Amino acid sequence: MLLLQIDTALIIEKVILISVILMGSLGIAMYATWGERKVAAVMQDRIGPNRAGPFGLLQPLADGLKLFFKEEIIPDRSTRFIFILGPCLAMLTALMTSAIVPWGPDYVTDSGRVISFQVADISIGILFVFGVVSLGVYGVMLGGWASNNKFSLLSSIRAASQAISYELAMGISLIALLMLTGSLSLREIVTQQHGFWNDGYFSWNFFKQPVGFVIFLTCAFAELNRAPFDLPECESELNMGYHQEYSSMKLGFYLFAEYINMFVSSAIIVTLFFGGYNFPFMDQVQHATLAHPILFTIICILALLTKVVLMILFFMFVRWTLPRFRYDQLMKLGWRSLIPIALVNMLVTGVLILWVFKK
Amino acid sequence: MDIYDILFWILSALAVGCALGVILSRNPVNSVMFLIVTFFAISGHYVLMNAQFLAIVNIIVYAGAIMVLFLFVIMLMNLNADVEPQKGQMVQLAGVISGGVLFLVILASIKTAKTEYMDKASTDIGLITNLGKVLFTKYVLPFEISSVLFLSAMIGAVVIGKKEDAKPPSKADEAEMKQFL
Repeated sequence: MLLLQIDTALIIEKVILISVILMGSLGIAMYATWGERKVAAVMQDRIGPNRAGPFGLLQPLADGLKLFFKEEIIPDRSTRFIFILGPCLAMLTALMTSAIVPWGPDYVTDSGRVISFQVADISIGILFVFGVVSLGVYGVMLGGWASNNKFSLLSSIRAASQAISYELAMGISLIALLMLTGSLSLREIVTQQHGFWNDGYFSWNFFKQPVGFVIFLTCAFAELNRAPFDLPECESELNMGYHQEYSSMKLGFYLFAEYINMFVSSAIIVTLFFGGYNFPFMDQVQHATLAHPILFTIICILALLTKVVLMILFFMFVRWTLPRFRYDQLMKLGWRSLIPIALVNMLVTGVLILWVFKK
Repeated sequence: MDIYDILFWILSALAVGCALGVILSRNPVNSVMFLIVTFFAISGHYVLMNAQFLAIVNIIVYAGAIMVLFLFVIMLMNLNADVEPQKGQMVQLAGVISGGVLFLVILASIKTAKTEYMDKASTDIGLITNLGKVLFTKYVLPFEISSVLFLSAMIGAVVIGKKEDAKPPSKADEAEMKQFL
């Protein structure tokens, strides 16, 4: 009985890659919490965490340990199974998206084996991201409902309507980008943005779709439930929102999922609009490192990670700069501004492709 | 029996079992969750048939959007077993008869349908390029007509949902609001 006709080397390669990516996103998310507190401290003229280790670098570990050892309380009147399922779903959907991000160019070993730095190059690429993002709201919704708490329920209803509203604008803004690339595969989209300058124009999609980028970024803020769109957990109205009844590591999972989401969505935004692992003068660098091709791959991965870190920093700066929106303002922005702008952007892009550039 | 058959049977059992769970579970939230798992199983079938686009659109549209709205409504209704209205015998009888008739029609249509065996995973009509080409050439008229239908349904929903001219709340409304608060 032949079950699988896949060679074992591929399976080992993928298992290693998946483990590294999962561990990497957990580690980056951990230090994103540290980074956020430092950024907040700098912007508010404070010092920030500085007790655990040099510069407070061990603070995330201390926080994690504290959350693990806290007493776990499941409310008496909650729906127990769904209450536990909520944070699990939040964590699962946060980690799943990283499977299709191309982290670096293919590396060819001496024996001619091609090692791909992408877990799965599926033909539907970006739609997979949408599928997972649209499922992401279940963690918040189910957790908030199962807590049997008014504030949690209000928060989960807010989260659901916010997610649905902003998914629309996000999808339409992406259609314009996809008309340019002509492919849904993230690998293909990255390859098209090779280098920095091509045929007398910038090759990164940000320069071809600036309006689409702004809409996509705004919607990403809303989908991540991050300030200024953190209405589902706005403490001045809802105490803590959907995770009010949660304690111990279940609360930790909800808080942590937000940081993982931020990391993965930064990676997606960078891949779609800022050339992924491409960087200026990459052809020259590749030529210079011909003797050691692995060096070029590492430089590419580092270029991607640098852009991702810059993107995460941007998310943090915005959080500590802008005040929170009111709920009706949020809905008005989504439905009356972003969707019409995205539609016009799509139309203009279509006209330009059809008549001006004659693709 | 290769991996394809094994996956097929697992997914089929999952789909049928969860579909039964939808109608048998007492708690509507559990029903919704069973339905979501059913959609995932059906998407798995699409992937087995190499129709990845259909699979992911099924998840985005049904599991990701429509079921969220279902859950939304159920959460707002606060359904409990003791406040649930009990249906009369006549209503139950009518339900059984109409359901049975529908079942009979489906059974008859399946029985007379011509069954064709698909070559395992060799078809690629479900991939986005091929699907797009077929939709915009061979079936362009039905496609456009159905999109106009969707547009009119959307406009209808907006018209129904649009508020009348804002008027000050009446005495009865205020009393109701106080009770709610």
